[in-house]
Amino acid sequence: MKSSFDPVSVASADHLSDLEQPWLAGHGVENALARLEVDLNAQLFFQRQSLTLTPTHLRLSEPGAGAGKPLAHWPLRTGLRLQHSDHAGAGSLELFDDQGRLAQWRFTLAHNPDAVRLQSLFEQAMAPFRAQNDVPAQTAAAQEVEPVNPEEEGEAADAPASTVSLLRLWRFAKPYQGHLLLGFLLTLAATGASMVPPYLTMPLMDDVLVPFQNGKDIEPGIVPWYMAGLLAAALLAWGLGWAKNYVLGLVSERIGADLRTTAYEHLMKLSLEYFGGRRTGDLLNRVGSETDNLCLFLSVHLLEFATDVLMIVMTAVILFSIDPMLAWVTLVPLPFIVWLIHVVRDKLRTGFEKVGRVWSELTNVLADTIPGIRVVKAFAQEQREADRFREANRQNLLVNDRINFVWALFSPTVTLLTEVGLLVVWAFGIYLVSQHQVTLGVLTAFLAYIGRFYTRLDSMSRIVAHVQRAAAGAKRIFEILDHVSSVPEATNPRPMPPVKGRIDIEGIDFRYGNRAVVRGLSLNIAPGEMIGLVGQSGSGKTTLVNLLCRFYDVSEGCIRIDGVDIRELRLSDYRRHIGLVLQEPFLFFGTIADNIAYGLPQASREDIVAAARAAHAHEFIMRLPQGYDSLVGERGQGLSGGERQRISIARALLIDPRILILDEATSSVDSETEQEIQRALDNLVRGRTTIAIAHRLSTLQQADRLVVLERGRLVEQGTHADLMQRQGAYYRLYDAQARQSEADRVAMAAMAIQETP
Amino acid sequence: MSDEPHIHADQAQALTQAEQAPRVPFALTRDAFGTWVLTLTDGSVHEQVVVVRAFPVSQPDTGFSVLNRQGHELVWVDNIQAIAESERQALLQAVAEREFMPEIERLERVSGYIAPCTWHVLTNRGPTRLLLKGEEDIRRMSSQTWLVADAHGVQYLIRDLARLDRHSRKLLDRFF
Repeated sequence: MKSSFDPVSVASADHLSDLEQPWLAGHGVENALARLEVDLNAQLFFQRQSLTLTPTHLRLSEPGAGAGKPLAHWPLRTGLRLQHSDHAGAGSLELFDDQGRLAQWRFTLAHNPDAVRLQSLFEQAMAPFRAQNDVPAQTAAAQEVEPVNPEEEGEAADAPASTVSLLRLWRFAKPYQGHLLLGFLLTLAATGASMVPPYLTMPLMDDVLVPFQNGKDIEPGIVPWYMAGLLAAALLAWGLGWAKNYVLGLVSERIGADLRTTAYEHLMKLSLEYFGGRRTGDLLNRVGSETDNLCLFLSVHLLEFATDVLMIVMTAVILFSIDPMLAWVTLVPLPFIVWLIHVVRDKLRTGFEKVGRVWSELTNVLADTIPGIRVVKAFAQEQREADRFREANRQNLLVNDRINFVWALFSPTVTLLTEVGLLVVWAFGIYLVSQHQVTLGVLTAFLAYIGRFYTRLDSMSRIVAHVQRAAAGAKRIFEILDHVSSVPEATNPRPMPPVKGRIDIEGIDFRYGNRAVVRGLSLNIAPGEMIGLVGQSGSGKTTLVNLLCRFYDVSEGCIRIDGVDIRELRLSDYRRHIGLVLQEPFLFFGTIADNIAYGLPQASREDIVAAARAAHAHEFIMRLPQGYDSLVGERGQGLSGGERQRISIARALLIDPRILILDEATSSVDSETEQEIQRALDNLVRGRTTIAIAHRLSTLQQADRLVVLERGRLVEQGTHADLMQRQGAYYRLYDAQARQSEADRVAMAAMAIQETP
Repeated sequence: MSDEPHIHADQAQALTQAEQAPRVPFALTRDAFGTWVLTLTDGSVHEQVVVVRAFPVSQPDTGFSVLNRQGHELVWVDNIQAIAESERQALLQAVAEREFMPEIERLERVSGYIAPCTWHVLTNRGPTRLLLKGEEDIRRMSSQTWLVADAHGVQYLIRDLARLDRHSRKLLDRFF
């Protein structure tokens, strides 16, 4: 930048005219009309200065108070004008006279309101200087295209059950068997170590405390050994517990991640039919949070459960080895507890399945209404949707209340049984001690063991809920994994030959459920030919295109590309040769360059720019503040329909497909944008086999052949002239559209006539 | 038909040759009003042109375009190294005046970890404060490159996360 444009030096350098007098410090400070903190310098570096407008001057000074050291000033005079503009977050105020620019000040948009105010007050202050023949000062702001404001995808949350599906998780656990074995051994060792302390209470009681009470002295040598033993056991249990948790946590996270990736990969391979029949919320829920629930179950609950079982078995063994009689008595409540768990389990299972369904309903309300928010608002149905959500939530409460009733009763009951068990041991133990059948030490050890034993039983009973929930989750994930794509990959795919673009459709039938959509349709398309598909909505045009793309498989007949049945080709090989431009172009979250290169991620920058040029998208992209690096959102917020369409055309151009399908590519834009898109499409169509669907028949003028569909059957084909001459289905369609546009014209003319008098 | 990328490139190129903007020597000068004037070799003079970059974030040194007032492209410069020194200087000067995307070099401190909050940052254009309205204003361009939009629409760039110091990374970690 030339130094003469630096505001600091302006007053002293080139533009010092005779009108400008050296600044008199302090003058006019109190009658400042407006003040603007400019926080950028000419090179757009952060530097604060203060621009003040007084009735007679514009003054630039150090930041802060108006009395700051003045840096430069410009007396108001005839011919001055102040222009405001902004771009990409930086605003600009420029001072001009008839000869050129006197100064420019830059600021971040935080100060924009001040700048606008200063500019309008400047206009007022200039009024006395404005001669009658003066043109009004230029105020138009040179606004740029606003940066796009993309939004990230939302996500949803939970869900129904059979314990068997949990066993199927073994498939995912198998690669980690080594780790799992290590984890199991660590669990065994850790549990063993924690069994030592109660055992030591026996000799402590019988060899130290009881003899002491009977008048013998405590041997000082032996007590520290016992204490050391207790401490060592505790430390060992701590260390082993840590290692066990770490190893098993590691494994379960990996199993969870594998499960998630596998489920998503499988989902991506499923046919469109599957997605058509599911709700987004439900699928998000399954892949997202169900896998997470399973992971939590594996890493925390299952691990605890295993520890509990081991603990119980070990405890039982120790108890029996010490005193079989007392052990029998101790274990009496166990069958009751097992029975109780079984009963509650059945009740809870149905309950949790219900909770799962209700949760899906909640998620579905979200997944329906958030993408469709414009429709909801346009029809003023916010309250209705809120009520729907409230109702789903109320259902959730209701189901949970029922479960909680059972659940709430369950754990106190287990506690009660524990207390009763302890009571039994106390009573029987005291009896045995009084009969001198067991020592005091044995009773103490028993009490210490069963204290642990029953707490374990209690926590074990909680596993029921977790198992049920995880089983429900596993079932829902395996539902996805078990689903076989209705568009299966060929078992021995044929290599894709170089595609010329010949398409032969031979007697195909297709049904959605029980409804026949396409019936006995045959059509041969030569390489490079452009076919216009015409027909009323519901005549099967889009279905035919979906069949061509192999989003669905035909029920009967076959589709051949250059003589090869498309079912014999690898799906990805085949689709790579198809360029699809849809009515509603979908842009992914990412930059424009990424979106154009979606079908060919390794494309070079030059290719991307070339494709954008051919699609007539280059210039509008360059007008965006970040060019090709501008971010676009989920549904391409911030770009108009025509702009999004041109990006999707560039995307199709970049992969350079031999077969091109245009499904109402221009029907969602105005006619001016349509022309722009049409020009882009002309580039795209050149030399490719093209199948175009258009509602407006006039847009199919370049088609080599028009094909008319009626309720899934091909009724006519030929050029526009042929078909018009035949006066058949096409003629009627054309006629109806012509009459419609004629009626529009007449209505417009009538309106014009009404307005003239 | 092969799907090797270079084939695509050739075809795309052939396809777009007609659309290509002229790649001829040009002169970019500034007039007395501070705006840029482009003179092409055919003698045509275009006033109030702007210079923009095609890939300001990912590849700032390549792909420059001179647009006229209506936003139509007049000149496309693929590689700035390939043109004359004077032209290059003018181009870079013009683009520097227009582009405003400070790069965050260090996060000094933040007023809180929940948006809205104010970040005190050191940028390549000096120290400043930015008001973060919501976490959705932090956008990922690639694994290491992030864009932070402040409440007033100024875009701050974090070009390489790995190059920030530990303190900054620790603060940023709380946001994404």
